[in-house]
Amino acid sequence: MSHLDHLDQLEQQSVYIFREAFRHFERLCMLWSIGKDSTVLLWLARKAFFGHIPFPLVHIDTSFKIPEMIAYRDRLALEYRLQMVVGENRAVLDSGRTFPGTQHLPEGHPDRVSRVDCCGSLKKDALVGTLNGTLPRQRLDLDTGRYALDPDREPYHGVIVGARADEEGSRSKERYFSPRDRNSEWDVGDQPPEFWNQFKTDFAPGTHVRVHPLLDWTELNIWEYIKREGIPTVSLYYDQGTGKRYRSLGCGPCQLPIDSTARNVDEILVELRSGKLRNIAERSGRLQDGKHGLEELRREGYM
Amino acid sequence: MSAARPTGPAAGPLPVGPTQQPDQERDRQQMNVVVVGHVDHGKSTVVGRLLADTGALPQGKLDAVRRECQRTGKPFEYAFLLDALSDEQDQGITIDTARCFFKTAKRDYIIIDAPGHIEFLKNMISGAARAEAAVLVIDAKEGVRENSRRHGYLLAMLNIRQVVVCVNKMDLAGNREADFRDIEEQYRRFLTEIGAVAPRLFIPVSALLGHNLAARGESSLSWYRGPTLLESLDALTKAPHKTDQSMRMPVQAVYKFSSHGDERRIVAGRIESGRVAVGDTVVFSPSNKSTTIKTLEGFNTRPRDQIEAGWSTGFTLAEEIYVTRGEVMSHVQRPPLVSTRFRANLIWLSKKPFEKGRDYKLKIHTTAVAARILKINKVIDASEARSDLARESVKRHEVADLVLETRQPIAFDLSSESEATGRFVMVDGYDVAGGGIIVEAVSDANAEFRDEARLRDFNWVRGGVIVEERAQRFGHRPALLMLVGRAGSGKHRYARALERALFAEGRSAYMLDGTNVLLGVDRDLYWVDATQEELVRRFAEVAHLMLHAGLIVVSTTNAIGLADYGQVQALIPDFTSLVIDVDPEGHSVAPCDLRIRGSEPEAEVIARVRELLLARHITSV
Repeated sequence: MSHLDHLDQLEQQSVYIFREAFRHFERLCMLWSIGKDSTVLLWLARKAFFGHIPFPLVHIDTSFKIPEMIAYRDRLALEYRLQMVVGENRAVLDSGRTFPGTQHLPEGHPDRVSRVDCCGSLKKDALVGTLNGTLPRQRLDLDTGRYALDPDREPYHGVIVGARADEEGSRSKERYFSPRDRNSEWDVGDQPPEFWNQFKTDFAPGTHVRVHPLLDWTELNIWEYIKREGIPTVSLYYDQGTGKRYRSLGCGPCQLPIDSTARNVDEILVELRSGKLRNIAERSGRLQDGKHGLEELRREGYM
Repeated sequence: MSAARPTGPAAGPLPVGPTQQPDQERDRQQMNVVVVGHVDHGKSTVVGRLLADTGALPQGKLDAVRRECQRTGKPFEYAFLLDALSDEQDQGITIDTARCFFKTAKRDYIIIDAPGHIEFLKNMISGAARAEAAVLVIDAKEGVRENSRRHGYLLAMLNIRQVVVCVNKMDLAGNREADFRDIEEQYRRFLTEIGAVAPRLFIPVSALLGHNLAARGESSLSWYRGPTLLESLDALTKAPHKTDQSMRMPVQAVYKFSSHGDERRIVAGRIESGRVAVGDTVVFSPSNKSTTIKTLEGFNTRPRDQIEAGWSTGFTLAEEIYVTRGEVMSHVQRPPLVSTRFRANLIWLSKKPFEKGRDYKLKIHTTAVAARILKINKVIDASEARSDLARESVKRHEVADLVLETRQPIAFDLSSESEATGRFVMVDGYDVAGGGIIVEAVSDANAEFRDEARLRDFNWVRGGVIVEERAQRFGHRPALLMLVGRAGSGKHRYARALERALFAEGRSAYMLDGTNVLLGVDRDLYWVDATQEELVRRFAEVAHLMLHAGLIVVSTTNAIGLADYGQVQALIPDFTSLVIDVDPEGHSVAPCDLRIRGSEPEAEVIARVRELLLARHITSV
């Protein structure tokens, strides 16, 4: 094996980060959103641990995910024998205080829930509660293929996340290992220094560290890697004959597909390299992001 | 994970091996470049303008920022394109480093925009520490300022050898060549004084107007005939792969995923320099253990029989020797240095100063060890290159030339010879508080014995049974339990009780009494003027043989005390040694693994030693 090409370099750094995280955090988990980035992350974990994934994967289910995503999640979980843990904000879902279901109400109506507030409770609060153990977790039983209440309610201290710096402004400021305080909040103005490959692996009780192995990857790198490694992806990313495909995956009601006739990984690579999508932000189909919406959510604990 | 099937590298229903079709786009080079300089000298404007002029911004972004500026009554600045956070937009300064991406025909760039405000020096360092090259921006009107110098110094310390200096805001300074040359001369002189590598190039630019960044300047800068910033970035070279240097692989972990149905025992880490092949004999430092590489492991990769610098990989070994994280794998001919002392250049970033007389956590490659300041040679004000000789601590944002001492010996290199094993950080509490590079090896009192042990271990003639096989048979790994304390403290009584208790539970334990070594092995020393060192040396060598035989050696002697422990440890680097200090007076403060008063019942001491053996993986094989 000779010199490393650019994908090798990205891959090797990610592998190094994975191994450091696994070494330093006894309570380690990885967020899996089913999207292309966190699925590449899953693959890199198998690279780092020689085919194994020695920690649980956490998925936050808003109940508004596109059904194919959930089917794909469980299929892969059973195939790879993953320790699959699912969390949700059941109280808010039961109360109906969500954007879907109240969106028909006029602006300013007291019962109307904005997209950002909906993300705040179904994703951010659900994530924070699932990670610190204040909300119940469901765990996949690999023998029966069913989810059951997870007896483990201990907090996770290390959380591996698939955030990339090129996605969005505030993500470009993350470290590979970024601390979150007791309230899962991110003090982006006062982050510890990160020298070379010496990461922040010491943390105060009650706090946790977010680990970002994909920070230096771009959207193009992700698809190049999916192509090179033959990583299975959910079909929502491809045009199924409607002239549309999803570029970024979230909840059905807040996610718009883009105009594209790319039917497979090769055609997506052609499309990305052509510059056709250069003028459209990757998350522009995510209707909740808005002006400072995502930054606020992220400071408070969103992924 | 509950029931799982084996998933070896070739298992699983998914495609195996990378796809092989040629793809020109695939092998585009990527380079990380950090942009540094004094606050307000225009770093973010340089970056913003580069992004705009290379078409890296989404359409409409520029207009949106212009409209926002009009709405709020602020003059438009390219820097706003980068200020990702609302705080940064409000204050108009970069707080933390941001990564941005753009490409030229030649390669893809990750540009790291580092803050210039002194308050955010730690963020500047975080950005610069992962860069391969730097652009340093100096304001043509203000000239060389405090952080121009400080950043230049730090780039040199971080070993960033490719630096391009942009003298910015030339338009505001009248575009005069003489001013530009003055700044160039002044800054070159500063870099020469501190011994830094000379910058490749000085370029007069106006970031706001886009002169000499992506495109050539207007006629008023026509006296400058050199390359634009973009051209000079494309002319930078990737650091050569470190394959020709001595091989170094710090052990990151030893994996055995038996519960996942995988029996491979894999020593994992990144090859930081050099190359290694299946069949090579390798040694691990500081333990001096050696064996040969049996296989190279990977997931979804082609089988290979050699690997080189840059790869995070894993090996199985011909013999299942016990190695742990923090050891450095090398070839036997060129091993790393091992010591408890080294001289370093360090930058301190924490508000709490770095003080003498206190322990900190030192992290170097994959090891972490307690360390403290042995001596501060000088503290340097990096913004002035002035130094201060008599100092007891290093304060925030200061650079020091100092000697550090670690509690246990560690393997390392000079940073000039091997970057990854020659640089370290200091942790105070929960946070990285400073970082540095090793510039000189400093020998400690036991250097001579460490050399003796290395020579001995590298030439050790092996029997037909290795230590780890004995450990399997005996159900425990060998270890030296060294009881120390003054005569009459009760250590002999505890040693006998420990030997008896360990033996009773099936351990292969032996009590080594120092008197017996004196009576035989040391008999000749009675007649000569024997030194304490020679007594300790012989004692340790006797213990070393017993450890090779797989025993738990419980030693007790009046002749050898806690002060000699460092020498004992230097002579048996390949086995665990634990020191139990029996201290009736309670005066002893030197580090040890267990301290007792001598009044404790034997059963209590036995129980505590059992815990210790378990925690140190002696009895939990």
